[in-house]
Amino acid sequence: MGSNYSTLSKIPNVDDLMQETGFTPAHIVRLYDRFNALDKDKKGHLSPQDFESIKELAMNPIGDRIIGAFFTPGQEVVDFHSFVRILAHFRPVDKNRPRDPNTPEPVNSRTSKLRFAFQLYDQDKDGKISRAELLQVLRSMMEMQVTEEQLESIADRTIQEADLDGDSTISFDEFRKSLEKVNIDHKMSSRFLR
Amino acid sequence: MLATLLLVLSSVSVAVTDLYVPETSARTERALAAAPVPSPTAPLHISEERSDAGIALARSADWHEPAATTDRSEPSHHGGGYKIVQWEWSYVQTPYIIAIWILVASVAKILFHFSQRVTTVVPESCLLILLGLVLGGIVLIANKKQLYQLDPGLFFLFLLPTIVGDAGYFMPSRLFFDNLGAILLYAVVGTLWNAFCTGFSLYGAKLAGMIDEKVEAGMMEFLLFGALISAVDPVAVLAVFEEVHVNETLFIIVFGESLLNDAVTVVLYKVYISFVEVGPGNIHTADYFKGVASFFIVSIGGTVVGLIFALILAFATRFTKRVRIIEPLFVFLLVYLAYLTAELLSLSSILSMTFCGIGCNKYVEANISQKSRTTVKYTMKTLASIAETIIFIFLGISAVDKSKWAWDTGLVSCTLIFIFVFRAMGVVMQTWVLNRFRLVPLDKIDQVVMSYGGLRGAVAFALVVLLDGDHVKAKDYFVATTIIVIFFTVMFQGLTIKPLVKWLKVPRSTSRKPTINEEIHERAFDHILAAVEDIAGLNGYHHWRDKWEQFDKNYLSKLLMRKSVYHKGELWEVYQKINIRDAISLIDQTTQSSAGRKEQGGNVLSSARLSLPSMASRTSFSEVANVTNYLRGNESGVCLDLQVIDMVPSGKVQEETETHHLLTGNLYKPRRRYQAHYSRHFMTVGDKERQDREVFQRNMRSRFESFKSTRHKGKGRHKKDRSQKKRKGSDAKEQDVNGKPRRNVSWQDTAVLNADSEEEKSENSDPEKEEDVGITFVARRADEIPKQGPKSASVSLETCQSPSVMPPSPTCAEKHLPWKGGGGTLPVCVSMETTKIIPIDLQQAWNQSISSLESLASPPVQAEPQHPRVAAICRQEGVRAPGGRFQFPSEEEEDAQSPQQQEMQPLMCSGRPPPQAPLPNQGTGRRPPNFNPCVYLRSLVTAPPPGSEPHSRGPTQL
Repeated sequence: MGSNYSTLSKIPNVDDLMQETGFTPAHIVRLYDRFNALDKDKKGHLSPQDFESIKELAMNPIGDRIIGAFFTPGQEVVDFHSFVRILAHFRPVDKNRPRDPNTPEPVNSRTSKLRFAFQLYDQDKDGKISRAELLQVLRSMMEMQVTEEQLESIADRTIQEADLDGDSTISFDEFRKSLEKVNIDHKMSSRFLR
Repeated sequence: MLATLLLVLSSVSVAVTDLYVPETSARTERALAAAPVPSPTAPLHISEERSDAGIALARSADWHEPAATTDRSEPSHHGGGYKIVQWEWSYVQTPYIIAIWILVASVAKILFHFSQRVTTVVPESCLLILLGLVLGGIVLIANKKQLYQLDPGLFFLFLLPTIVGDAGYFMPSRLFFDNLGAILLYAVVGTLWNAFCTGFSLYGAKLAGMIDEKVEAGMMEFLLFGALISAVDPVAVLAVFEEVHVNETLFIIVFGESLLNDAVTVVLYKVYISFVEVGPGNIHTADYFKGVASFFIVSIGGTVVGLIFALILAFATRFTKRVRIIEPLFVFLLVYLAYLTAELLSLSSILSMTFCGIGCNKYVEANISQKSRTTVKYTMKTLASIAETIIFIFLGISAVDKSKWAWDTGLVSCTLIFIFVFRAMGVVMQTWVLNRFRLVPLDKIDQVVMSYGGLRGAVAFALVVLLDGDHVKAKDYFVATTIIVIFFTVMFQGLTIKPLVKWLKVPRSTSRKPTINEEIHERAFDHILAAVEDIAGLNGYHHWRDKWEQFDKNYLSKLLMRKSVYHKGELWEVYQKINIRDAISLIDQTTQSSAGRKEQGGNVLSSARLSLPSMASRTSFSEVANVTNYLRGNESGVCLDLQVIDMVPSGKVQEETETHHLLTGNLYKPRRRYQAHYSRHFMTVGDKERQDREVFQRNMRSRFESFKSTRHKGKGRHKKDRSQKKRKGSDAKEQDVNGKPRRNVSWQDTAVLNADSEEEKSENSDPEKEEDVGITFVARRADEIPKQGPKSASVSLETCQSPSVMPPSPTCAEKHLPWKGGGGTLPVCVSMETTKIIPIDLQQAWNQSISSLESLASPPVQAEPQHPRVAAICRQEGVRAPGGRFQFPSEEEEDAQSPQQQEMQPLMCSGRPPPQAPLPNQGTGRRPPNFNPCVYLRSLVTAPPPGSEPHSRGPTQL
């Protein structure tokens, strides 16, 4: 498709990006279009406000957290490359392409998918999900009729269940262990990014 | 339609009876009621005459005829002498029978759904066919002859349109157009492939001697049969697929295919019929080309007719503002007319109706009032549901007919095998082609479901019954085979497709119960994925869709939507910008006025917080060291531990179960599980909208909170504008009084009202209750206003010169009626007067606001979000839960709103300030707004400016 190539040539370092994220040119073009559509003022980067104007996100219980995940602390904007890199977490793992053991772990591996989810909980980035952090997520994910007591009881149970070293927080390892039986690749992969 | 017709008929009959025998009519009715239920044989006997005529006349309305004849016989019936009690059966016969049938169908549905277990295992369509078989058997035994069958005329003119109309109107159009390519391929190529292959293979089987000699059919007849048996049926597919939870893409492909293949079926059917009639020898090459040409004419023509009617309908609903009551009628009539017109021009009527529904939906939904919307929805669903029920029952009944038992094992088994094999082959081949182009390939499971889900149904039956027995000698065999095919596909495949999907989808058995962690995190993953797909625009993002949306926005919407509605669409877009500016000013106000308000403000603040502990937004919650909450939290933690220790294992298990129960019941569902799904029977919209509303409110609130916290340092920037925008200012203060930003979250309005007024009493009541209380309170309040006089809140009003609290010329009734309506939705009781008065003033307000927006950095215009779901939410909820919309003291809306106050009523009732138009009586500041209790109240709870005495508010709180 000719238009694809002309679009691709507009993106700097597109080959590196594709190499790094494993996206096909079609994906990149599509994401680029989307990026530009979100970037209403044509600034070349996205601000949190651009994300917030996505209507569906306003209906997502943890939408704002996910928006936050696109921004590294202290940085108000995200450019196309970071945008794509973050979305690359959600690319399904290619089953038939054997991974070269020498290359670094791909961004869409199980661990990095989990880490992405983990940092949504771990807002203070101390590597642990504290009770308060868990409560915040729970509060936004549970319906309003659930009382605070119930929320706290759930949070306590959750921590109790996952906490292995008894520090009343969930570390990333504990987080990963508690989800050992879950098919993360299935759950955290968008079939649209195949 | 059927029901409407029935109503018309019965009302006419009543009128006629009145004409003939005015004195006896009442008695007649009583007599009828008292008379024993008509024995089954009586109606059957009399209906004989019409059922014969009905079968013969294809796709034409011969339907009124019996009624007409019986009408003519009426005078003679009444001729001899005066009778006190008369048996008027022949007179009411037709509508009576119809009504009885509908009743039977409805009762059957009730009975089926008594047992949850049965309906989850056996699709309803199967049960209905079985019921039909039983009923048919009864009729046959009682009468020795089957009197009923699915009459093609009735089917094509009344039953099918209701189903197709419903499907088209409520089609998830985005999904539909996303997959249009695939749908078209399956519908056109797939159906052609099925038709030809089945036809030729049957002919081959006949030549090979597998089909009995008695079946007198040549190649053309078999091709004809192949054409009518090959089309996947929309009625059957929907009935079964609705209960099988396949992914939405798959659903829309199969569903869309079943609708769009009508054009192919119609053309093939007609072409073959004409070929059969002239005889195979007389067909010229040109005829084949004519056939191809007619396909394009039929399909494109049908679509165009549908779209034309969609345009007309959308345009017409622009002007129904004053005749709300007939809005639903317009929708039904024009959609139905689209169908009939296509039928009239022998185009594809299903295509026409589908596209009429798809095309008009957006504009009609925007134009008509909330009540009309509900009416349309319910009526369509009711009609479609009942039509489907009747179709399946009659399919069952039709099968119990000796005349149709022209059985030929070879033909039946060959047909069954061929349609299944060719369907599967076609699906695999087409999917292979499609997957080369699709971003989201259809996997093997999808293909299996698609092949297996190729159900045949009533369309095939009606078409085969329509065949002319003189030309198609093997008609009886074909009819019997069609019935078997339908029964097999609907019953066997319908029954087994669910286990099949389950078995395919979940290869690994998960008997293990998920841990709490898994349950929570997995749900979080679902949300994350949904959000990421939204961000990446992966739910179908197309270049041409953007173009279309542009065109739609620039031209179509302008033409087809009311100005008011149209303008609102733009507002969502400016919302982000405006929200920020407004927030800046709000913080400004906050810090400015905080000192003067501290004493009582603090009080209210804590009470509000306390009353809504679980709703406290992130930041505020963590910031405010709310002692009570912490205490309570610790307490419960301790309790929990104690229980865990003390309880015997069973107790712990039980608690765990409770936690699980709580989690499964109350975790928000991820978007994809409920969105964009068409269902004929179930309207679970309420649930979804409630969730959306809640989430939306929370998000907006937290966004605002975080915004406030980041921008707090920038306070005091906009001092100079305060005086100009007092209304805003007071609004802002009021929000701060309660320590909660309620800018975007209007449900809080009511909650706060309550907290404000009844802070001592109901500090910890739950939000829902509060809302109700809040409303009642409002009602009382309105009456008391005059007494409160200069003290309290009105002081602030006057000081502020707030023009916005002034309603335009409320009449007495208007003042009271809205809240006398019981606190549900605010009734539409704004007088025409109001509607007339506002626009001019609004025009000014609008202009002012525009200019102020441009020139001042003041708390500017507020925008109403135009997210359709949000809009739907607030429209639906009205006052009781006025959440879901941004609660803005908006001027911008005014312009939009005023010309149709009436319609916007439920939307605006929750906290919308009335127009800011300067009115003569505004100085008094005491008149309650006629249609907006919350606005009034809000002005009441508005904190007085620093100068006025803050304590005076106390006594007014009642």
